[in-house]
Amino acid sequence: MHEFDLSSAIVATVNKHADGRKVTHVTLRIGRLRQVVRDTLEFYLAIVGKDTPCEGATLEIIDVPATLVCKNCQNEWEIEIPAFICATCGPGAVEVKTGEEFMVESIEVEDEEDAACTAPR
Amino acid sequence: MHRTKVRVVEDALDANNTIASANRSDFDRSNVTVVNLMSAPGAGKTTLLERALEGLADEDPPVRVGVLEGDVQGSFDADRLSVLHIPVVQLNTDNGFGGECHLDANMVRSALPAVPLDDMDVLIVENVGNLVCPAEFRIGEDARIMVCSVTEGEDKPLKYPLMFRACELVVINKVDLLEHLDFDVDRLEANILQVNHHAKVMRVSAKTGEGIDAFRAWLQALPARAGATA
Ligand SMILES: Nc1nc2c(ncn2[C@@H]2O[C@H](COP(=O)(O)OP(=O)(O)O)[C@@H](O)[C@H]2O)c(=O)[nH]1
Ligand SMILES: [Mg+2]
Ligand SMILES: [Zn+2]
Repeated sequence: MHEFDLSSAIVATVNKHADGRKVTHVTLRIGRLRQVVRDTLEFYLAIVGKDTPCEGATLEIIDVPATLVCKNCQNEWEIEIPAFICATCGPGAVEVKTGEEFMVESIEVEDEEDAACTAPR
Repeated sequence: MHRTKVRVVEDALDANNTIASANRSDFDRSNVTVVNLMSAPGAGKTTLLERALEGLADEDPPVRVGVLEGDVQGSFDADRLSVLHIPVVQLNTDNGFGGECHLDANMVRSALPAVPLDDMDVLIVENVGNLVCPAEFRIGEDARIMVCSVTEGEDKPLKYPLMFRACELVVINKVDLLEHLDFDVDRLEANILQVNHHAKVMRVSAKTGEGIDAFRAWLQALPARAGATA
């Protein structure tokens, strides 16, 4: 159930960059190895984001596959199961190349001038 | 209505990592090596500490150990350690939302004023909770230990690779129960190594004391290691 705490981290990052503007869309980049459950994350984001600039923002998650690299033979491959072993060289020089990302990629905000335009005159 | 796209490209855990670095500076200033002790609830972290920490300050080399006890509520674990006569500081994590499932850098930071860092060489932080979050929220530690008990299933490392990869030492606890269980401890160890080839694995019983000397020796070697990299 790490999604609750991860949501708090996301909301804090988003609102920092929103700098007071209303957020309409959030794009995240999350690696497979993070084991984030999408629905759960969405659920908590709605709760944590309530009464903050990102309340009601739509969410997009870029799913990054888990890929490994063997520093010995430079072989790169994608894994579906957690086996951190190079078929040629064994496990000794295997490193994670992608799949550990937990990034806020971009946000979409309402422009302040435009927000003023929609205000009643 | 006009909308602007803002490129962010920021790790959502950066804020936590920044505070972890601040903790780290405090630890370094006092020459304290910090261990983040993690497990599923009930794997035996507190029992392991009860068993392993006694008299370490009188050993050769002497190691002065302190403990920061994460607990969702109450001070049960801290009370259990009080007989050891070492500095033990309690850190409650209840956030009014059913309790946190891990310590983060800021919680540890808020507890630091109560921790007598200058009186210790090693600070062990007993983390709370589950098998995913603690590995994601760094607290400024030098080393991470995972305690995994033989009542948990051999597939744990395959289910929680992130956590097992983040730990340099995995302590397999409760081996006294093996004779009563249909548990393949060799398979557990193979699974640990499949996920983290570099992990050191120890088999212990915090109850009977079996294998505890190896764990004590590992703790005793910590300060020298930190000195070597400083
Ligand atoms: N049989 C057995 N029980 C243990 C061992 N270590 C801990 N326990 C028991 O497991 C339960 C949880 O231990 P505790 O240290 O509180 O776990 P923690 O939540 O990880 O701190 C307690 O009832 C302990 O007595 C062990 O090596 N063998
Ligand atoms: Mg405990
Ligand atoms: Zn290779």
